Amino acid sequence: MTTSTPRAWWKTGVGLVLTGLMLFPVYWMINVSFTRDQDMRATPPHLFPTNGTLDGYRAVLDQQLPYLGTSFLVGLGTVALTVALAAPAGYALAKLRPPGGPALSFVLLIAQMIPGIIMAMGFYAIYLTLGVLNTLPGLILADTTLAVPFAVLIFTAFMSGIPDELLQAAVVDGAGRLRTFWSVVLPVSRNSIVTVSLFAFLWSWSDFIFASTLAGGGDHQPITLGIYHYIGNNNQQWNAIMATAVVASIPAAVLLILAQRYVSMGVTAGAVKD
Amino acid sequence: MTLYLAAFYAYPLYRNVELSLREYTVRSFVQGGAPFAGLDNYRAVLTDPAFGPTLTHTVVFTAASLAFQFTIGMALALFFYKHFPLSRTLRALILVPWLLPLIVSASTWSWMLNSDSGLVNTALGVVGIGPVNWLTSPGWSLTSVIIANIWIGIPFNLVVLYSGLQAIPTEMYEASALDGATGWQRFWGITFPLLRPVSLITLLLGLIYTLKVFDIIWIMTKGGPTGSSATLATWSYRLGFGNLLPEFGPGAAIGNLLIVLALIAGLLYIRIERRQQLR
Repeated sequence: MTTSTPRAWWKTGVGLVLTGLMLFPVYWMINVSFTRDQDMRATPPHLFPTNGTLDGYRAVLDQQLPYLGTSFLVGLGTVALTVALAAPAGYALAKLRPPGGPALSFVLLIAQMIPGIIMAMGFYAIYLTLGVLNTLPGLILADTTLAVPFAVLIFTAFMSGIPDELLQAAVVDGAGRLRTFWSVVLPVSRNSIVTVSLFAFLWSWSDFIFASTLAGGGDHQPITLGIYHYIGNNNQQWNAIMATAVVASIPAAVLLILAQRYVSMGVTAGAVKD
Repeated sequence: MTLYLAAFYAYPLYRNVELSLREYTVRSFVQGGAPFAGLDNYRAVLTDPAFGPTLTHTVVFTAASLAFQFTIGMALALFFYKHFPLSRTLRALILVPWLLPLIVSASTWSWMLNSDSGLVNTALGVVGIGPVNWLTSPGWSLTSVIIANIWIGIPFNLVVLYSGLQAIPTEMYEASALDGATGWQRFWGITFPLLRPVSLITLLLGLIYTLKVFDIIWIMTKGGPTGSSATLATWSYRLGFGNLLPEFGPGAAIGNLLIVLALIAGLLYIRIERRQQLR
């Protein structure tokens, strides 16, 4: 069926239409981001940004850069911390078979099912007493809870597939447990590290609930709050709102293009999106 | 790892249970000494006139989202399972709505559903239907957030069901083709039954995820107007963070009710997953 018969091309046509329908809102967001204020309420709306304007994007550059910077820092921090915590844990669960290992995996599955609002309230209560409310490290720590259970499960699944002979060979060569982990296990687990990092970054980048509860009153606010305040403060400049939305979607788009394979891998591995 | 779990999951959860059992104000957070209130917060929430409607909204939101996401996701999975030029690329592109930050999707839909100049009303106008106040009328707000949530959930259903389709041995189709089965018969006779385990998992994961949905509703309607699109999650958030005078106690109580629902779904999920691995 892989040969390109006329029938197959007909299917491509239908596929294009279906994809077009699914992606229409995304197109519309981009279209509106280029639309001039005075054309915004035109009837019928312009389907293409004729008389396009870059005003929206100018507004993003003027007002949203600090938010984007914060999101970037939080994203990188979350990725680093998630991998640092989850990779050793996954290795331990997969290969060292600690007592209580199965129970721990069970708890990790359950942990992914806790609604965000509950975690947010719990964190809020704790952070208020500790005085880390509205700080970057506080937000990063909270955001790791979105990805760590998923990450450990992915690492465990992947690392159980590493042949024991490979690890034994390292031990014969005189490597200790840590050394084996660092120079054998980690390099062969590259794929799972990419998958985990990808999701950890995307989730922390799009996190709204922790941002609004734990960082809403501070100087360091991520882009999700940037857009949220924007909608709240002016519901007239929709080109600027949509331009911010476009810019905020760029990481998702770039990551999708660079890492298609890993995305599907992550989803099929049972990713539960928050 | 256990330490991390204890510090970052168990402790917040414990604090949340504690919150729900006491009478907290912002001041008593800092100074301590919130009076113990027992189950008063739960009683307050359960007897609140908003409880019934909110629970109904949560159920309707979840059921409608799941039904449509799953059906459309299944249809798309079946379609894209056939090999044709560009099918891989298009399938990857359909993932975009799922990867976009929820705030982006929610604000895009808000604008498309805008009463005065939204695209949806313009399109309806073309076929002669008058403007609908999607987000600002109590009769439509729940429908609006459901539409947006369905759109966001389709890709997830597509990918998981697609991977389920890949696991079905092709010989079964060849055999049925020899028997002269039509496409429709093949779907109900082979694909659907064989896909049942994957379907169940997909629906349960969807259920757990949909119960948690907060961002989309909050950004599009804030649960309003007058609570007409509020679910347990947004209600809990509104009580805790949506007002100047936060009511953490009742907020946390609702949260804990929500977690009971999610955990029931979660335990079901794990049971089914276990049973499948045993096969």
